[in-house]
Amino acid sequence: MAKIGVYVCHCGSNIGGVIDVSDVREYAEGLPDVALARQDLFMCSDSGQELIKQDIRDGKVDRVVVAACTPRTHEPIFRGACEKGGLNKFLFEMANIRDQASWVHGQDPEGATAKAKKVVSSAVGKARNLEPLEEKYVDVTDAAMVIGGGIGGITAALELARMGHKTYLVEKDPSIGGRMAQLDKTFPTNDCSACILTPMMVEAYSHPNIETLCYSEVEDVEGYIGNFKVKIRQKQSYVNWDKCTGCGACAEKCPGKAPDEFNEGLSMRRAAFIMFPQAVPKKAVIDMNACINCAGRTIGSEPKVNAKTGNPILAPCEKACPAEAINRSLMLDPNGTIKEIEVGSIITATGYKVMGKENFKEMAPDSPNVITALQLERLISATGPTGGKLLRPSDHEKPHTLTFVSCMGSRDKNFHTYCSRFCCMYMIKQARLLKEKYPDLVINMHFIDIRTAGKDYDEYYTGARDMGINFFKGKVGGLDMLAGDKLRVNAYDMENGETIEYESDLVILASAVEMSDGTTELAQKMGLQFCGSKFFRELHPKLGPVETAVSGLFLAGCCQGPKDIPDTVSQAKGAAAVAAVPLAQGKVKIDPTISEVVTEKCSGCGICEPLCPYGAITMKKVDGKPRAMIAISSCKGCGVCTSACPSSAIQLHGYMEEQILEQIAALTA
Amino acid sequence: MSFTPNIVGFACQWCTYAGADLAGNLRAKYPPSVKLIKVPCSGRVKPEYVLEAFARGADGVLVGGCHFGDCHYKDGNYKTKNRTDMLSQLLEDMGFDPRRFRQEWISGAEGQKFAQVITEFTEELQELGPNPLGGQE
Ligand code: FES
Repeated sequence: MAKIGVYVCHCGSNIGGVIDVSDVREYAEGLPDVALARQDLFMCSDSGQELIKQDIRDGKVDRVVVAACTPRTHEPIFRGACEKGGLNKFLFEMANIRDQASWVHGQDPEGATAKAKKVVSSAVGKARNLEPLEEKYVDVTDAAMVIGGGIGGITAALELARMGHKTYLVEKDPSIGGRMAQLDKTFPTNDCSACILTPMMVEAYSHPNIETLCYSEVEDVEGYIGNFKVKIRQKQSYVNWDKCTGCGACAEKCPGKAPDEFNEGLSMRRAAFIMFPQAVPKKAVIDMNACINCAGRTIGSEPKVNAKTGNPILAPCEKACPAEAINRSLMLDPNGTIKEIEVGSIITATGYKVMGKENFKEMAPDSPNVITALQLERLISATGPTGGKLLRPSDHEKPHTLTFVSCMGSRDKNFHTYCSRFCCMYMIKQARLLKEKYPDLVINMHFIDIRTAGKDYDEYYTGARDMGINFFKGKVGGLDMLAGDKLRVNAYDMENGETIEYESDLVILASAVEMSDGTTELAQKMGLQFCGSKFFRELHPKLGPVETAVSGLFLAGCCQGPKDIPDTVSQAKGAAAVAAVPLAQGKVKIDPTISEVVTEKCSGCGICEPLCPYGAITMKKVDGKPRAMIAISSCKGCGVCTSACPSSAIQLHGYMEEQILEQIAALTA
Repeated sequence: MSFTPNIVGFACQWCTYAGADLAGNLRAKYPPSVKLIKVPCSGRVKPEYVLEAFARGADGVLVGGCHFGDCHYKDGNYKTKNRTDMLSQLLEDMGFDPRRFRQEWISGAEGQKFAQVITEFTEELQELGPNPLGGQE
């Protein structure tokens, strides 16, 4: 017979202030198989834990139930106490009477106490049927993967590589660099973005421990912490990157055109192109959506022959390439190639995108002179479409009046309720840079609030005011397109309590930061979850900001929520540190709360096999009959198979049928 | 109406259970009708458990899982949906009011939603009155 010890926590007044703890304790004492029941002001304190340990050592209890807060935070602590006392830590169960009782039923102390009793009785019922479980260890693949080659991904990869771990850096574009590569200068120091980023790109690319996989995407992720198998699809570039020297001759000759993504669509690029001048690696790709197949040179076709010379007629890109990296006769697979990589931990650093202006109908999105702040970034960058000259897109004239509009799509119930965090600062930066360069420019900035919480940020803002940049508190109601490509700005000035109207040559929208494209699919492949704001959910908002609910998967940068470069870099370094932990340990624990087939009960019907989300179940012949088998290293313990088995032959340890039935019985008693 | 219905809730540890914890953090108020049984995934809930709870007299049963696309185990919640849809139909066919059974998708970020769902469900059950099976097996 089990000897269950029940420990009811007051949690100061958190529980005790609502629930009659003594009453619950007394009730628990009367439950079958309960050997003793105690109460304590703080069960998680040293003295509280000591109570449990001592009772175990004294042989008084062999099952432990703590009625306190949530197992999501405190189960590991109490399991640890059981273990130290000499009890298998899986002989422990928690009753959540704080988060799910006292905190939410303060209006009804009696009801809360009655509920607490039921919840304790349910936990006791489960505890009665708990079984000791053994943790197994498996070896770890000493390698890491970082998904996303922006500043966050590069930083994380470099840190891991410096710690001596082989690291794969996966980037969907042809070059690493990410958003930061598109920026002109960075706040609050105005150092040139490319000047500080490019050396890091080169270092990462050439680091002996880093293998950079550009123009590549995650196709599938299998496995678990310590042993992930990742399928990477290297997209078809139609250029032999082993030979390509990045000279750009193909792009010069290519007649096919498409909007230049790197310049945020402000200019056109060729179908054969190099992403940007400082690209790392500097390799060309051919965008088949824009390629016009010159000379009938569809991929994999035989070239026509010049009747006079007898020479084959090649496409301009092929002809131009001095390295013979382009050969359109080859039957290249448009789907690219799949590479399988094994790693022990993975960091996701997939960054962000900004909302396009077309989302804001009242902001004259049809005017070419309404642009996003990221587009302005390209307009003022020396590598941008105008070579760094501020020219308005409609007629390439220099504008005289500039308008910045903040919080487009952020802090707005119609779009996103969150603050995109770094827009205020980059607008101030852009305004300062322009004012320095063109002192006669009139710059009007419209804000709801100005948020400059960061080291040296507020000084940067007050400095901008001193430079003669105009700040207005209040919303911009809308823009009207006027003759001569101008725009009428209709705004409200809260400080003076009046509406203002003026003509502007160029309007810049600081539009909201959102998850990058393709993130939802990636989340599904990796088992990651989103928060309400549609960014990846971290394990704990305060104490687990880089971990996720999937052990071995970590987050860095804007994919976890909007953040500026310093914050992204800090988080990336943090992520690298935690991602290195399993690699440094060399072994990881396998959670024993997974499913197991009781072969004698299995009828071999095979219902479970296709249900497993991880393909962990296979049918094997046992004494000539098919029987289900579960691979312990692939099972993650969801219990989907357990619930489906018509013979009840699959048990999920930790959530066994008898345990759940006891809980139901206790709750309905 | 003094009757407090007894609701047995099966809650996925990744979403609804966490949502209920968040309701606590937010000090959202709801009636003490619901008691949760933590499961790793809503897909762990056998339809039989729901029937068992009703047979034992539970006035309402809730199965709480992750939103589609958010299941920690990729698609466990789709399987849950198949099962619970079938179960609702079965309850109806057996002449048992299917409104006593709820499938809800409540994420770990939806503390307020959890409180709201429980409040509404409790009110509905108060209107329906106690489980006619009354706990005889
Ligand atoms: S993990 Fe929540 S429903 Fe599957």
